[in-house]
Amino acid sequence: MDWQAFLLTIRLAVLVAAILVLIGLPIAYWITYSRWRWKFLVEAIVALPIVLPPTVLGFYVLVALGPHSPIGRWWEALTGHTLAFTFQGLVIGSLLYSLPFAVQPFAASFAAVDPKLIAASATLGASKLRTFFRVILPLSASGLVTGVALSFAHTMGEFGVVLMVGGNIPGVTRTVSIDIYDQVQASNYASANQTALVLLTISFVVLSAVYALNRRVWTVWPWR
Amino acid sequence: MDGVAVEIGSRPEISRAQKVTESGSTDSTYVLFAKVRKCFARNAQGFTLEVKFAAPPGLTILFGPSGAGKSTLLDCLAGLTMPDAGRVAMGKTILFDSTLGLNMPVSRRRVGYVFQDLALFPHLTAEQNIQYGLIHINRQKCQQRCASILQAFRIDHLRLRRPGEISGGERQRVALARALVTDPHLLLLDEPLAALDARTKSHILDDLRAWNQAHRIPILYVTHSREEVFALGERVIVLESGRIVAEGTPHEVMSAPQQETVAQLAGFENIFDAVVVAAHEERGTMTCRLSGSNVEIETPLVRAAVGSMLRVGIRAGDILLATSQPIGLSARNILPAKLLSLAQRDVLVVGKLDCGVQTEVHLTLAARDSLHLAPGHEVWLVIKTHSCHLMQR
Repeated sequence: MDWQAFLLTIRLAVLVAAILVLIGLPIAYWITYSRWRWKFLVEAIVALPIVLPPTVLGFYVLVALGPHSPIGRWWEALTGHTLAFTFQGLVIGSLLYSLPFAVQPFAASFAAVDPKLIAASATLGASKLRTFFRVILPLSASGLVTGVALSFAHTMGEFGVVLMVGGNIPGVTRTVSIDIYDQVQASNYASANQTALVLLTISFVVLSAVYALNRRVWTVWPWR
Repeated sequence: MDGVAVEIGSRPEISRAQKVTESGSTDSTYVLFAKVRKCFARNAQGFTLEVKFAAPPGLTILFGPSGAGKSTLLDCLAGLTMPDAGRVAMGKTILFDSTLGLNMPVSRRRVGYVFQDLALFPHLTAEQNIQYGLIHINRQKCQQRCASILQAFRIDHLRLRRPGEISGGERQRVALARALVTDPHLLLLDEPLAALDARTKSHILDDLRAWNQAHRIPILYVTHSREEVFALGERVIVLESGRIVAEGTPHEVMSAPQQETVAQLAGFENIFDAVVVAAHEERGTMTCRLSGSNVEIETPLVRAAVGSMLRVGIRAGDILLATSQPIGLSARNILPAKLLSLAQRDVLVVGKLDCGVQTEVHLTLAARDSLHLAPGHEVWLVIKTHSCHLMQR
């Protein structure tokens, strides 16, 4: 089994999940509380990666990061190399790809917070920021856990975007799913099976942890 | 037979409440002035709230049926809803002014607001809820103020419990304490005690009154229960369909209502159209004929010409029932009637009678049983002159 690919994948997933908390929370807040009339357009854009084939998304990201785009040129001027086929490029592609899996649970849990509590917080003199951290966020804990876990697990298993943006450079952009694909191409079924099983197990453990944490009441303890 | 009118027990409360007003200061820094207009396209016909009033320190009751705009008005004062036009000021501080384009954010208005469903933070303990609004003071002072309000509202023992783990009455106390501990300049209470039993309610009200003695700020208290109006009363503002229809002391507004809508709210079960037949100035009474019948009753004298149309309101609890024609009574109106139906409502018996016009009478269970009343019986209605309240039509 390719442990290098494994570590790289976990590093990518952790980084993406962490960054998505930072950018996902403000986006989700805005989507929940904004009264802008064109808000639905933003919601649609955020949800696009769910329905788009990963290759389409990956293609656009590749073009956007390439040396012919403003972003690509700016990055090249800054660092001396392009974003495409690098780990950083992979992170950016994965962020876009997993964005809805973080934003949607966040936004759903914000929307479930009783507006009266937010009003009460304001009448008690709390700023919007204080209201967010003391009331909205603690009451959205389950949505937060769900969003983080889903974006982590989703990034772990991505294939199309990685292939388009990152290619297959060992130690840089070669993730587990690419590795499995390679094994199958090389008719190395035993190795592919092993890696696939590990990925399946990790995904199952992560999702079980999410559902367990989100259980409201532990009426029946699973080990009793 | 007694009329089981609920207010009887509450009447001494009025004088007590009025004394509180008189002892209060007249410091204008804590007088609320509000002139608010807000339109909603809620359903097809829409709804407009348009009110103008001032509230001095002490309790002012906002009374009216549901949908009258009471909660909307509170939201406008707190800044949770922006009025279309108007001005809201606490003394010299302007909270909202549409002509000046001023709209102070909710968090800076220093308005305490206790919501109908309380809106306690479910993830915080009672103490954390109360300390929530104590933002810009140091920790020691915060602890101190929290401790003293916990004591004042007798919820010290609930400090570490969450709202889900305490009773309804205790939750109300926590919500009140949370709003009061921040030293608001205006307190808004949206039916905060509606769900409580009478005993708990009066205890909490006593605590609130005691607090208001020390902190003379205007308190707007929304209710649609008339028992509460009499129990609390200093001033009442009656709201209907977004407009103020009456204003004054509970006694003025509720006991001698000028409008039929107020009368219904004030508990006049019987409201009849009537024509003035004769005025007896020397006796201070009038004779009125109830429309649609030949029934003539004697009422107190009001300034109304013979032949003019009025409305007469009689509380169902103010009417006596007799099985044979009574003699030797001071009551001037004794009318034969037929009992149409009897229905038990809690510990009250509601009788519908026909004395030429349909009339509602309230009896006790014991009275019904001792008189062996049943539908179809011929009885006599006894109504004192001063139980007939005259209103404009």
